[in-house]
Amino acid sequence: MDIKWSSLGQVFVVSLGATVAVVVIFAVGLLAASARQTAVEQGRPATVPAAAAGLCFAACAALVLYGVYLIVPQFH
Amino acid sequence: MDHVSFLVVVVIVTALAFDFTNGFHDTANAMATSIATGALRPKVAVAISGALNLVGAFLSVEVAHTISGGIVDDKLVSPAMIFAGLVGAIVWNLLTWLLGLPSSSSHALFGGLIGAVWFSAGSSGVHFDTVVEKILIPAVAAPFVAGFVAMTATYLAYRITAKERSDTTRDGFRIGQIASASLVSLAHGTNDAQKTMGVITLTLISAGALDQGADPPFWVILSAGLAIALGTYIGGWRIIRTMGKGITEIESPQGFAAESGSTAVILASSHLGFALSTTQVCSGAILGSGLGRRLAEVRWNVAGRMAVAWLLTLPAAAGVGALAASVATHGDLGVTIAAVAALAVAAGIYAASRRTPVHSGNVNEVPEQRREPARAAA
Repeated sequence: MDIKWSSLGQVFVVSLGATVAVVVIFAVGLLAASARQTAVEQGRPATVPAAAAGLCFAACAALVLYGVYLIVPQFH
Repeated sequence: MDHVSFLVVVVIVTALAFDFTNGFHDTANAMATSIATGALRPKVAVAISGALNLVGAFLSVEVAHTISGGIVDDKLVSPAMIFAGLVGAIVWNLLTWLLGLPSSSSHALFGGLIGAVWFSAGSSGVHFDTVVEKILIPAVAAPFVAGFVAMTATYLAYRITAKERSDTTRDGFRIGQIASASLVSLAHGTNDAQKTMGVITLTLISAGALDQGADPPFWVILSAGLAIALGTYIGGWRIIRTMGKGITEIESPQGFAAESGSTAVILASSHLGFALSTTQVCSGAILGSGLGRRLAEVRWNVAGRMAVAWLLTLPAAAGVGALAASVATHGDLGVTIAAVAALAVAAGIYAASRRTPVHSGNVNEVPEQRREPARAAA
């Protein structure tokens, strides 16, 4: 019997890394988005938090597209 | 197609029926948390999931060759055994649906096939090494891997956004959830519709209508995709309620963490050569997201019932599969008897479900009143 422990270990490490990356980037994006909203309400300039939020969400969108790439075998 | 007999037609219809139960059994995996947190309205969620399952079915035909090959000895398998195995899988899927328990449809299918082949061709027809390697070990590993991943992600999500405006973060996580839930649906379509395609193709091969190792014909892909999509759209509301509201109370950061974790584990497992059951991954992730948020109550009795259902899936489906095989291997009359019996069981389960209906309107109510009858029934 051939139990692929190393494959299982890889699955664990890769999925942990990927999930933590997505969730952390997304959460930081939300921090920036909420800072932007606060700044707008107080009439302060909101360019920096808006740009930061945009960057984070773009990174997440890229990861989603990578997920689609992985799912669709025609792309490989 | 000169070889298509009564039996082969019955097998194909049964395979599509299984595919349909597979769809509504597994809607919850992708959509339960999105429905529970209000990220998507229930009907919209199942519509998206159904559409993506259909798309997924067309994207991949890779798995169809292997699903039949590894677990049982293909050379010994007759269409009657395949039929019996499918009956076992369908009956178990319906029973667990009635109890609102998420259990793996692939394990039910494997269990049914194993039972049927074991009964008819003896234990040498079943590759037990492969069963342990591809079913048992992954079944134990999946909830732990997904649970730990989702727990870590949930903890971080709350930690990072703790001091922020709750309205922005809640809405943000809801939007994120829709994306991750959609990925789960798409991945599900590419994986699970394959099983039915594999079964139908295997039947056509064993009946001599297709060559060994042939690709599934287009009508097989289309009908399998439609069956799973329709099943998904009908929505297994009972299971959605258990996963969305039963295991733990889910807020949108948890839903996002759980769905992202499920997606990552499913994709990693299918690309790094260690296949894990979608159902067990998603249930484990939801459980983990309950553990990751402080003060979230995890209902261990629900989790325990799920674990028991997982343990029972293979032997129970195998038992029904063997029973069905004992009748169905005696010619067309036997097949007819088994089919009628299976229909009667399905109708009985459906009738029982009507006594406490769960639908898109009450799917988000915490199943308080359900606990008592469920326990009484068990």
